Formats: sequence, C-alpha cells, structure tokens
Amino acid sequence: MIETAASPKKNALELRNLNFYYGKFQGLKGVNMNIEERKVTAFIGPSGCGKSTLLRTLNRMYSLYPGQRAEGEINFYGQNILDDKQDINLLRARIGMVFQKPTPFPMSIYDNIAFGVKLYENLSKSEMDDRVEWALSKAALWGEVKDKLSQSGLSLSGGQQQRLCIARSVAVKPSVLLLDEPTSALDPISTGKVEELVHELKQDYTIAIVTHNMQQAARCSDYTAYMYLGELIEFGSTEQIFFKPTKTETEDYITGRFG
Amino acid sequence: MDFNQSLYRQRRWSNAVGLTLSMGSMALGLTVLLWILFVLFSNGFAALDWNMFTQSTPAPGTEGGGLANAIVGSLLMVGFSVLVSTPIGIFAGVYLAEYGDESKTAEVTRFVTDIMLSAPSIVLGLFVYAIAVATMGTFSGWAGSLALSLIAVPVVVRTTENMLRLVPGSLREAAFALGAPRWKVATLVTLRAAKSGVMTGLLLAVARISGETAPLLFTALNNQFFSTDMSRPMANLPVVIFQFAMSPYDNWIRLAWGGALLITLSVLVLNIIARVFLREKTPV
Repeated sequence: MIETAASPKKNALELRNLNFYYGKFQGLKGVNMNIEERKVTAFIGPSGCGKSTLLRTLNRMYSLYPGQRAEGEINFYGQNILDDKQDINLLRARIGMVFQKPTPFPMSIYDNIAFGVKLYENLSKSEMDDRVEWALSKAALWGEVKDKLSQSGLSLSGGQQQRLCIARSVAVKPSVLLLDEPTSALDPISTGKVEELVHELKQDYTIAIVTHNMQQAARCSDYTAYMYLGELIEFGSTEQIFFKPTKTETEDYITGRFG
Repeated sequence: MDFNQSLYRQRRWSNAVGLTLSMGSMALGLTVLLWILFVLFSNGFAALDWNMFTQSTPAPGTEGGGLANAIVGSLLMVGFSVLVSTPIGIFAGVYLAEYGDESKTAEVTRFVTDIMLSAPSIVLGLFVYAIAVATMGTFSGWAGSLALSLIAVPVVVRTTENMLRLVPGSLREAAFALGAPRWKVATLVTLRAAKSGVMTGLLLAVARISGETAPLLFTALNNQFFSTDMSRPMANLPVVIFQFAMSPYDNWIRLAWGGALLITLSVLVLNIIARVFLREKTPV
C-alpha cells in the first residue's frame, strides 16, 4: 500500500475536551486528540499518568464501575460514544480490547474465538470454522494450534494465550483495537511476535496501544502521545516525539531522565 | 555484632513453649476425633450386614430388621432438597457476585443468608412445622425436604458467591470487551470458571444436610414401614438413629450404630470428592 501525501487523513476517534473521574479524583484532564484510521497510536507515560484510563474510556469499559464517569466528547466516526443512548455492548463489539494479562476463557481454543462472534453473528458451522481459522491466522497462532482446537485455552503458553486473546478480539471484526500493555507479561520472543502482529493488523484496523516500553512505542507506532498526571503533554508522529520533542517534559521522559 | 545470649535463650524458650502448646492442642483434638471414629467404626462395622440394606426397621420386640426404609427416605428427602436448593442457591449466588454487588438488596440478602447459615437447625425445623406440618395436618417427606432446603440454600448461596468472587475481574472485563451482555458473561464465562468451586459448595451442602436430625424430627418424623410417598411421614437415618440408640432393644441399638456409620461414611466420601474437585480447580 503506497501512502501518498494526497491520501486524506481520516479519524476513527476524535477526543474533545475529555475529562475522567474516579469518584472525586480526576484521572484525565481536558484531553484533545485524534486517533487516525488504520494507524497505530501509542500512549506512553509514567505509571498512573492516565494512559490506561484513556484507553478504557474509548470502549466505555469504565461504565462497569459505578462512580467512574467521563465528560466531554469521544466521536467515533461522528457519533459521540459518551452519549447515554449509546448501546455499550454494540460499541464494545466494534472497539475491541486486549488486556495486560492474557485472559483466555475457561473453554476450548475454538470456543474462545467463537464466543464473541456468536454474540452478533449467526454463522453456519463451516462459516464459523473459516472465521476461527481466519482469526487465528491473523494472530499468527493458527499453525501452532490447528491440531488442538478442542483443547482448553488455558493449556497454551502465556505468549500463545495473549495471541489467542488478540485473535478473539479480531474475530468479531471490530474497527478499532485497543491494546493495554499487551506484552508486559510476555517474554521477548512472544513480545516480538505480538509487535509484528500489530504491524500486520494496522492494514485493516485502527490500533491504540498503551505501553511502558518506549522502544516498543518507537518500533511499532505511527503516532505517539505522551501523558503525565492525566494530561496529554505532547502528541505527534512517533518520529517527531522521539527525535524532536517540543516539550522538555517529553524529552526528559524519553531520554530516561524522568519516569 | 554483639550476640545477646539471654535474648537468644529467651527466644528459644518461648519457641519451645509455643510449639508444645500447639502440638498439645492438636493432639487433644486429634485424639478425640480418632476416639469417636474408633468407637463408631468398631460398633458400626460389627452391625453392618446385608439385611441392613434390604429390610425395613423392625417393630418393637421383633428380631433382625434393617434400615432400607430410612436409607431410601433420607436419599429421597436429600435428593429433592438438592433439586430445589441448587438452582435457587446458584441463581442467588450469581446475583450477589455479578449483579447486586454493593447494592442495598444484595447487602440485605447477604445479611439474611449469613443469619440463616448460623441459625440453629431446630429453629428452622420448628418454622417448617408451623407453616407446613401444622397447616397440612400431617408430618411428611415434603416438609422434611423443605426444612433441609432451608439449611442447604444459604450454604450454596455463599459458596457460589465466594467462588465467583475468586474469578479475576480481568476475565469478566475481557468478556465484556467483546460486547457480551452481563448475563452471558455470568453464565458462559464466570460461572464456568468457578464451576469446580460451585460443585464443591453443592457437595458440602449435601454433606451438611444428610446428618441433620433436629429439623426432620418436626417435619418428616419417622415411618416404621417402607414408603416412597413424600406426602406421608417418612423414615430417615438421623431420626432412626436418634430413636433406636435410646431404645432398650439390642437389635435397634445395633442398627443405630450401623446407620451412624453409613452417614459418617457418606459425608466422608462427599468431603473427599469435594476436596478433589477443589484441587482440580482450573487456575485462571
């Protein structure tokens, strides 16, 4: 795919003056940014800076917990998802999420993938078989598990489990994938595989990834956002953030003088 | 380093005292338990024979006899009680863990369940006597089953809730993140993850109610004859043991020992099965 300067940028998500509260504590302070379609946007910053919080507002995961609330606007292809009328389950089917620790469901590998698909689609057995193979191939796991689809998802190694979780999210064909420190519990080889995967997946999906690992952000993202204490300090192309940061705070963090 | 001899000796001394005390209490507890088991096993196994499973309880003054009617009665009442209390207990446990959480209704339910758990079983028996036996005018197997259910339900509710709470929140979030509605998350993911724990709770509830005597005295009473009619008084092991053990007839006393052994063994087996289930609990 050739990216020309002329190809118009399209935003999957537009955050407008986003504030987030855990009860009285303000976790996000007036965040404004756009997340471009079919690009990888990385969020970096020290622990507690609000990057995971931000990710969890994008699929309204916070709505599970009374006392947590968001203000402002998050426009998802023009629709404000913070609106009370937003169907949250449907939203989560369109904006998938993968978590820090692998969370395979206590069922077979096949059923792990089929679980999400069955929620919104009525597929025949053979269509489902195809979908499972497709999703597992997307997550670079098919070769390793194709002969043991009926085994428990818990029987896989940590790295495989995490790729299973990615496959599970991909299987429902969301338009956005949120990855919350997806490799922090994995060894370097599995991490490498997941990073390759991110690169692969951005052909079709918009990806937002939270990471503690700055090399990871530098390696696999197109845009990087640096956050601190709930504020978006600097946001720009990954190249600019890492090589020519405009704010000293960003530079201090990236060069390891702070954080 | 200044090595303080007296401090060291003092610590060794208090360690020795503590160890002796705890070993002593353990020995005391174990001795009593083994003593009970020894008396029960020696009398029980001596009483055990095939007639116990084929014949019904003997009339006063007659020879021989068995416990067939009491065994079947106990199985029927415990069985129906499990059939009723399993769904109620599991649904309530799922509500508490997955839906109610901190809500007022959940708090009240939890409080009431805890009271029910520690309520003397004789009180529950009296309650069923008042609402069922007195109004229907007859002791019955159904009333006995109801009284047992009142004991079993809170056990199942609390173990189900506790086991569901052990399921990590991240697993729930992962299911929600795929767009699953709450009831699907609860039934297909969390309940499944807590399956072995919930099964353990059920088995422990069965073990608990199979030995209950007080609630059955007021409800099922007893029946000298073999009967599977749940709407009439029904024989059951605990009450038979209670009545026969205090009787002047040798064969009755022998049967009481045999019955006590049967209950103890089945509770033991249930507990062992429950432990095995819990050990196989899949690490999530």
